[in-house]
This record gives sequence, structure tokens and C-alpha cells, in this order.
Amino acid sequence: MKTDKIVISVKNLIKDFGSFRANDRLNFDVYEGEVFGFLGANGAGKTTALKILCGLSRPTSGEVMVSGCNVYTQSNLIKQKIGYMSQKFTLYEDMTVTENISFYAGIYGLNFKQIKNKTMQLLSSLGLEGEAHKLIADLPLGWRQKLAFSIAIVHDPAIVFLDEPTGGVDPVTRRQFWKMIYEAAAKGVTVFVTTHYMDEAEYCDRVSIMVDGRIAALDTPANLKEKYNASSMNEVFLGLARHTSNK
Amino acid sequence: MHEFKGFLIKEFYHIFRDRRTMLILFAMPVLQMLLFGYVITNEINHAQIAVLDKSDDYITRKIITRLSASGYFEIKSYLQTHDEIKEAFQSGEVREVVVFEDNFSESLNRFGTANVHIITDASDANTANLIANYTSALIARFSADEFNKDSRGLTIKSDVRMMYNPEMKSVFMFVPGTMAMILILISALLTSVTIVREKETSSMEVLLVSPLKPAHIIVGKVAPYAVLSLINAFTIILLGHTVFGLPVLGSFILLFSECLLFILMALSLGVLISTTTNSQQVAMMLAMVALLMPAILLSGFIFPIENMPFWLQWICKINPSTYFIIIIKNIMLKGSGFMAVWRETLILAFYTFFFLFVSIRKFKTRLT
Amino acid sequence: MRTIYFILRKEFTQLKRNRTMLPIIFIVPLVQLLVLVNAATLELKNISLTVCDYDLSPASRRLTSVFDASPFFNVHKYSFSTDEAISHIENSSSDMVLVIPRGFETKMVRENKAEVQMLFNAINGTVAGIGNAYANQIFIQTSKAYFMEFAGLTSGQLNTLNINAIPAFWYNPDMNYKVFMVPAILVILVTIIGMMLAAMNIVREKEMGTIEQINVTPIKKIHFIIGKLLPFWIVALVMLAFGLFVGKIVFDIPLQGSLVLLFANAAVYLLVMQGFGLLLSDTADTQQQAMFIAFFFLIIFILMGGIFTPIESMPLWAQWLNKLNPIAYFMKIIRMILLKGSTFTDIRTLFLSLSAYAAIVLTIAITKYRKVN
Repeated sequence: MKTDKIVISVKNLIKDFGSFRANDRLNFDVYEGEVFGFLGANGAGKTTALKILCGLSRPTSGEVMVSGCNVYTQSNLIKQKIGYMSQKFTLYEDMTVTENISFYAGIYGLNFKQIKNKTMQLLSSLGLEGEAHKLIADLPLGWRQKLAFSIAIVHDPAIVFLDEPTGGVDPVTRRQFWKMIYEAAAKGVTVFVTTHYMDEAEYCDRVSIMVDGRIAALDTPANLKEKYNASSMNEVFLGLARHTSNK
Repeated sequence: MHEFKGFLIKEFYHIFRDRRTMLILFAMPVLQMLLFGYVITNEINHAQIAVLDKSDDYITRKIITRLSASGYFEIKSYLQTHDEIKEAFQSGEVREVVVFEDNFSESLNRFGTANVHIITDASDANTANLIANYTSALIARFSADEFNKDSRGLTIKSDVRMMYNPEMKSVFMFVPGTMAMILILISALLTSVTIVREKETSSMEVLLVSPLKPAHIIVGKVAPYAVLSLINAFTIILLGHTVFGLPVLGSFILLFSECLLFILMALSLGVLISTTTNSQQVAMMLAMVALLMPAILLSGFIFPIENMPFWLQWICKINPSTYFIIIIKNIMLKGSGFMAVWRETLILAFYTFFFLFVSIRKFKTRLT
Repeated sequence: MRTIYFILRKEFTQLKRNRTMLPIIFIVPLVQLLVLVNAATLELKNISLTVCDYDLSPASRRLTSVFDASPFFNVHKYSFSTDEAISHIENSSSDMVLVIPRGFETKMVRENKAEVQMLFNAINGTVAGIGNAYANQIFIQTSKAYFMEFAGLTSGQLNTLNINAIPAFWYNPDMNYKVFMVPAILVILVTIIGMMLAAMNIVREKEMGTIEQINVTPIKKIHFIIGKLLPFWIVALVMLAFGLFVGKIVFDIPLQGSLVLLFANAAVYLLVMQGFGLLLSDTADTQQQAMFIAFFFLIIFILMGGIFTPIESMPLWAQWLNKLNPIAYFMKIIRMILLKGSTFTDIRTLFLSLSAYAAIVLTIAITKYRKVN
């Protein structure tokens, strides 16, 4: 479902924390329906950039448009159109599966009938019908992550931001998780995902690699491998990281 | 041992780096001491009263002058009718109304006696009682001074000595209590919440699988707070001495050892609380109910234990703070030695071992 | 409005499910009411006294017996050594020592003037001061009675003038100190629930990271704040009702004034404290920090607010500071309404001040609260 329509446009984005520059003149566009990978080592500035795109944090300078809205002035409009799932676990552990679903659906403005339908639909697609009234605390981590993703797109957003969604999850669940991501993308949802699993980078339509607050490379995985003469994304990444740290 | 040292340093660093908490931990004792010293007092001082003087003669005026000159009272208003008394109380303006009968001095001269009614707003029974007492005493003295100059009158003069606190400052009473409260707050409350926080964020598990022994972990966690508490104990004594003239008559070393013992007791209690729950909010509420409120109200800090109902006196006897306050008063104000406080010291030591024993047992069962 | 409903539903679900917190929220007040209220008396009944009677005369025995008969003193030891008597003060078994010197009676008869010595443990200055006043009253009475007997006069013949001070204790003739403390404990209670628990609840979401998930939703700041504060506002008011009920049943506190007026005031007061709670949750990053900052201010607010000691006795600067202390306002209001039946006209200024306070604090807190950093 990838189109040429630009849904995220970032020009000269800078974010400073005091004297520390977390994002240094970032420039990139994201197209509708694509799975856009945002890669980088820990502390490279991925999460900072992602938070700015979600309206959780304000940029120091630069132009940022998300889904046709300006992050400086229209952050509330943006929030209607995006979903978000963070690396920290964000479901309420002391509430049941259905209670979590209807809470988030409710604050996104779905009406009671829609909430009911969505809940049924979600439970059956995740195979969680039997666990509907279990507390989140009693669910295995993999299921929680899948549920969290489903909840992040419960209001059918145009873009979904995933911040290291598969941290600490076993390989089987990770595969299932990526299946869900593709399903969402196939429906036209743009997926913006940060990760440091390089094998996951191969699943993305395009990836950008951040090193020390800058974007060091941005292209499709195939082009990147060719350009850096590498057999895997892992090698691309290591090459870039070494390159900059030698400078 | 080497790992333990590293761990200990990390814990210290962790706490002392949090500037906001540090500021509060050090500002709290200072501010509270000043508060207690200057603000919290049971003495009657400028109590607002009203006068209903139906007689308005030279004797009643003299009495009124005497009342307002005493410094205890401030005459806020002069009422005209009885109905105004209720209004004055209702609006919370005054605490007492002094009512002189009609023809006060006439009746005094003719019948040798006259009545003055002291009506207090007893919704605050404690203060009402004090105010009524002060007023009666002032009037009694007035009448003794003015009318009983008769040389035939016998007098018993008393030579009064106010021991340990000649100026009867209430700060002498409150400093030991403030100390108990602050040490409990920092030692027990903070420790329990800190440990529970580790459990809540499951960083405790990381520590438990490390080569550190459980005892080391506990010691490492509580040691910084012990140091903090000792510093605070010292600050309080210093402030009490320099600002409020509170003496330290007894041995300084003994005083400090007792403070250390109390801090250890509070820390072990904090550890015990932390073994019973996994939620910071629960730990906090438990510490509040079990420690803080009793330390303020059931320890003889503000309200003397002797006045309480009998069953409550027994609860006070269970409260460790009670013993600490007795020890502190004895050493600081009376200059007593160890022999005067060995019983209380023994009780505190017993509590410390008891709490430690129970928490270690609970800790072990959790691990197996 | 619908978003507020969903947040409220979530908060109550979580509250209901918290199996340890819920009982604590209900048990804490019960324990505090039932136990602590009994502690708050300054009334003096038993000043324990050691008597050193070196005179052993009818006059000295008579003086001792007057002390013993008085409800304020309790002669619990006799001694023939002043040093030993003082040691009773040292080990706190006595509060006071009365020394009647040899020749007490003789001096009374011959010189009309006799002396005694009193020693007080003055660490508790109030007890010592009142003890001294009571003792002096006893001396005046005894000497008068003794003189009349001695001279064979009846009270009518005695050539002295007498002013009778007749005390009357309004609103509380039995001098039941508990009725004064019940409202105080209730105020502390609603404050802890309304401010502290609400603040910690918000900070907890920060600590757990769930607040980020909320912040990326289009939820309006004001809806979020209402959804967070309202549950504790409701719980606090319910607890107030519960506490009043227990206070009525157990301590028979008077409910003189209008309960509607009381709850209206409580509602506004809670808004002030919740404003502070919101400011607090904005400042603190961890529950521990929130708790400590809250404790710091609450203890000061409470001790300055006239809960245990009268505000008029405080120095002027402290009384001025109390104009900023919301607890002082509400403490005064709740006692006036409950114990004296004060009406709206009586408390109008207090109520209006509190309302203005609520408006200011809430406005600041809401403007300052950030979803974005």
C-alpha cells in the first residue's frame, strides 16, 4: 500500500538538552504506507526524535510536519492521527485485557458500540478470547506486546510509532509481531519503528541509521548493503558506527 | 567485601545526588525546629477576648486593665448585650467573654462579694480550660492585691523552683519530640519506601542474584540513611542549643550513642515494613499509621502521657519513641547518666533486635 | 466529557482492585480516630507530688491533706529528705516536690506568715505553670480557712472583699476534649487522600511510563487532570462523611451546624489541596520524592494550622504566614460549623478566601502542568 504521499516531513530538526545536542539537523521524509526503520545504537537520539514526532517533546528548531500538521502548533491534531507504543511497558497491569482496550479506545473517542466491536475483533484476532478478563500482570510478555500494539492502532491511526517494540521478546513472538506490523502497513498505516535488532531492519521498506545524533545513512536495506558492500544490515551498521567513531 | 564496598559507594552516591530530596531532608529538621521553637506553644499569649461590662465602674475597669496588661489577653471588643456573646463566639472572633454583673463595685462594697462570669468557647476544651484558669488566677490575684491587705490575714508564701527549665519554655518540651519525629521519618519511612521501590521496579532481583549477601544489600541500603539521620540529630541538638538555649547537661557521647541506637531501631523497623509489602503507597501509609502519627501523638511529645486514658497509656508504652524521648530529656535537660536510662535503652535495643530478627526471617522465607 | 468518563472508570477500577490500599484507606482513618483522638488532652488531673513534711504539725498535715484532696494533685510519696524527694523528680516518678520546713505552724501562729518550698519538673512548662497556679490557690484558701478558725470567725465576719470568678464552658460544658480533635483528625485525613494520594497516583504513572501512552492520545490536558483528581476528591468527601459518622457514634461529637455548608467548604478546600497536589506531581519524578515533598509541607501546614495549639499564641509573623495555610482556614471552619453551629454569615470571609485560593492555585497548577517537555 505504499504511495508517494509524504506523511512525515522533517527539515533541519535540532533538539538540545542544555549543552547536549541530541538531534543534529535531521532531514528525512516518510511515505504513506511504508515501514520506516529508525536505527541506531543506544543513546544515538532515536527516542528523542520519535518523541518529537509524537508531540511528547518540543523541537529546539527545525520544521516538522506529521500527517499534514505542524508539531509546533497542531500537536493535538497530530495526536488524533497517530498511534504510539513505547519501549516501556504501557498497559495497566492491574486492569484486565478488555478494560485496557476499552480505556484507550474510549479516550481516543470511539463510541460504545465501536468499542464493543473493536474489543471482540481484537480479542479474536489475537486469540485472547479466553484471557479477556485476565489481568495484564498475569499475561506472558509476548502477548502483552502484541496486545499493546493492537491497542496502539485501535483508533485506526494514519501513522503508528513503535519505540523498540520487541525488546525482551522471544524470536517466535517477534516474528508474529512483525506479521502484525505488515498487516497494518497493508491497510495503509504508516509504520515508524525504532529498533536495534538488525535482522528487523531487513523487514523495513527503508531504514535510516542514526549515529551520534545525526542521520548517517538513509535508503532501502538492499541499496544500503550494496553501497557499503555488506552482506547484512548488521555489517552496514557496524561499518557506519566504526566509521564515525574513528573520525 | 570488595563488591560490598562498591555497592555501598553506589548507594551513597545515588542518594546524595538527588538534590531535591537532600534539600528537603536537611531543610526539614531545621525548619521544624524553628517552627517548634517559635510557633508551637501551649502558652496563652494574646488570646482574643471580649468584655461585657454591665456595671462599668472603677473596679471593673481596673480589672479589665489588669487583664489586658497581663499580656495573656487582648481585648478585641466590648459587648453591650448578652445576645452578642453568642454572635462573638459563632463568628470565631473571641475565645472568652468576661461578664461583670450590674452594680459590681456597689455589691462588692455592700455585701463583700461580687460575681464575674468567665464564659469560654469550650469547643476547644484544652485552650478554654487554660484561658479560664489564667483569667481566674489573674482576678484572684487582683482581689488579693487590692482588698486583702488586712494585716490579720495569714499568708503562706511559696518559694518556687522550676527545675531544668526555669523560664518554662515550651521548646524544652518539644525538641526531644521533634528529634524523635524526624529520625523516625527519615530512618523508617524513607528506608521502607526505598527498599519497596527497588522491589516495585524489580531492581531488587538484580541485586539478589549478584554475589552480594542479602545482609550486605540491606546494610548497603540503610547505611546512607543512618548517616543522614545522625547528621540531622546533630543539627537538631546544635540548633536547640544555639538558638533556643537548650542545654546538653549529660554526656555528649552517651547522647549520641542513644541517638544511634534509636536510628538503628527505626531503620530495622523500616526494613521490616519493606518486607511486608510490594507497593510504595502501602509502605508509606503503613509507616504513617504505625510510626509517624504515634511518634507525634502517643509519645508524650505534645500531649503528656499521664493525662491519657489508661488503655492509651499502655499503647504509649509499646511505642519506642516514648522511650527515646524519656532518654533524651534525661540526658540533655537533667544531665542524667547511663544508670538513669539503662531500662529505656534496653527496651530500644530489644526492639532493634526483635525487628531485625523478624525481618531476616521474612527475607529468608521469601528467598526459599 | 466522554474522555473524563473513561478516565474515571479506569481510576475506580484500579482503586477497587488495589487489595492492600483500599482497606488501608478505610482503616487508617478508623485507627486514627479511635486511638489518636483520645490522646489529645492537656487537661491536668494528676500532678504527682512528693511531700517533705519536716514540721509534722496539725497545720502542715492539713495543708498536705488539702493537696491530696484536690483533683489536680496526687500525693504519692512522703519523704524526710529533700534530696531523696528531688531524686523522685530526677527519675520522673514525681512532677513536683512540696517542702514544708520545720517551724511552719509556729511561724503561722506567731508571725502570720509561713513559707514553703515547691520544686517542679519544668521540662513541660505548661504543667509546671498550671501546677504552680493551682498550688497558690490552695495556699490562699488554706490560709484563709486557717485564719478564720484561729480567730473564731465565720466567713461573714471576715473583713475581706471577695470577687467570685464563675466559669462557664459554652458549647462543651463537659469539657470533652475529644470533640475538638475529631474534626482535626478528619481534616488531616481528607488532606492526605485528596492531595497526597492524588499526587502520588499521577507520579506513579510517570514512574511506570504509562503516562506517555496517555500523553500521545488527543486527550485534553484539562480532561486528564479532572479525571485524575476527581476520584480522590470523591473518595475524600466520602471519607469525611464516614469519619463524621464514626465520630458521632463513638465520640458523640455535636453536629451543630449545617452539614451541607460543611461539605461545600470541604469541597472547596479539597480543590485547593488538589491544586497543590497537581503542582507537586508536576515537580516530582518519583513517588518517593512526591511523598517527601508532601510530608514536608503537610507537617508544617498541620502544625501551624492550629490543630494542636492555638494560633493566637503564635508570633505575629506566624499568624501572617497562616494566611497562606489552607489547613488553617478549613480547620477553623469545620470546628465552627460542627461544634458551634456557625452559619454562612459567620464563615463568609473564610469561605471566600478559600474559594479565591482554590481558583488561584488550580489556575497556576493547570497552566504549569505539562504534557510536553
